[in-house]
Amino acid sequence: MTEQRWRIQIDKRTCIGSGLCIGISPDHFRLVDGRSEPRAESVTPDDLVLDAAEFCPVEAILVRAENTMTILAPQQ
Amino acid sequence: MSSDAEVRDYPFGEPAGIEVDPLFAKLRREEPVSRIRLPYGGEGWLVTRHEDTKLVLADPRFSRARTVDRDDVPRTTPEPARGGFLLNMDPPEHNRLRRLVALAFTSRRVERLRPRVQEIVGERLAEIERHGPPTDLVRSLALQVPIVVICEMLGVPARDQERFQDFSDAVLSTTAYTPEEILAVRTALQTYLADMVRRRREQPTDDLLGALVAARDDEDRLSEEELINLGIGLLIAGHGTTANQISNFTYVLLTRPGSWDLLRERPDLVPGAVEELLRYVEFGTGGSFAKVATEDVLVGGVLIPAGDAVFVNAQAANRDETVFDSPDEVDLLRQPNPHLAFGHGLHHCLGAQLARLILQVTIGSLVRHFPSLRLAVPAEDVPWKTGLLVRGPKALPVSW
Repeated sequence: MTEQRWRIQIDKRTCIGSGLCIGISPDHFRLVDGRSEPRAESVTPDDLVLDAAEFCPVEAILVRAENTMTILAPQQ
Repeated sequence: MSSDAEVRDYPFGEPAGIEVDPLFAKLRREEPVSRIRLPYGGEGWLVTRHEDTKLVLADPRFSRARTVDRDDVPRTTPEPARGGFLLNMDPPEHNRLRRLVALAFTSRRVERLRPRVQEIVGERLAEIERHGPPTDLVRSLALQVPIVVICEMLGVPARDQERFQDFSDAVLSTTAYTPEEILAVRTALQTYLADMVRRRREQPTDDLLGALVAARDDEDRLSEEELINLGIGLLIAGHGTTANQISNFTYVLLTRPGSWDLLRERPDLVPGAVEELLRYVEFGTGGSFAKVATEDVLVGGVLIPAGDAVFVNAQAANRDETVFDSPDEVDLLRQPNPHLAFGHGLHHCLGAQLARLILQVTIGSLVRHFPSLRLAVPAEDVPWKTGLLVRGPKALPVSW
């Protein structure tokens, strides 16, 4: 069984810099010039990443399964 | 920090109208992390710079849950913070509950409500027109719009609004209500929400409260108490704040020459203007809610020891001259505008996008519908609320 990985993408033009994702998981996100960016685009699965995508007020964060590219969050 | 640093009483005093105490600017420059003494629970720290404020609000080493039921945590209200509310939770409880409601408040979902919000505002403006000038905009518009929107979202009958008109003021009271009055109001609201929940068990609904009842009963994702508190939180946070800001924003626009005309000529500027007004007019009077350091944290070069309480103040951060040029001026064209009116980090306002929508539609429609709107009394005669954590006019008499 190969290890599953997730891919994090952030739409910087949509991001409003609410800091929610950083508050949820500073290990995965950081603010650069007032906008969020992932510390790494490919990560091991962690529910906090899903929360960050679900809680983002403008849904600027997209989390997908790396092998299938299926969208894991936010809910469509 | 030297041991002889001054400890100031906080909040600094009852603000006059929408004025910001000049002490915040002095502290930002000279003592950005300072010692304060609260009316209840003792001493804490006050952080006034934009950058430090963001750190305190977003860093998981600062906890809200540590303030719950703690009589020794400094605060502005007689009673300690209560458990069971999103604002007073840390992960993982916070995330478990926020997951149930977050999706309903994203830009995408909120945008679907725009036509309905436009309709609600349109009805109020038509009513004002019918009555003719003058009108008290607080009663005829500001108190009417946000409550209807949040009631419809939750699925609570808007006709019951008079029953909880005062609830949000009471919950945010520092001195305006006695502890007995606050308790009575809270009990009444709990009973009311419990009844709404019971009805949904008999007859399921597809509104937000109905969805929460289903999450409780079908999936056991929250407790009965959490369900009631979440409903109260949405109802309370959802209307008083926005209502006050409708009045505050209109007041600012009508008392800054040229502002009303600018928006009338350039309606496309309304969204940016709302952001600037959010920055300029902090609806809180300065109380805010403490966060407690769970370990030693360095903030702005000052060591906050584990266990100490820290306060931030959006009006201090939003006037930071290192971030905003001419911060004490209203600049409706300001760009960018990284204000912290909705907070920052984990507890960034759940209803931020809904509040933005309501404010944009209300201010935009008001300008379009009443291009000649003006205060019906001298600006200094506008009466302001006192003894609350939120600020806003008691009445805003306008004419056209």
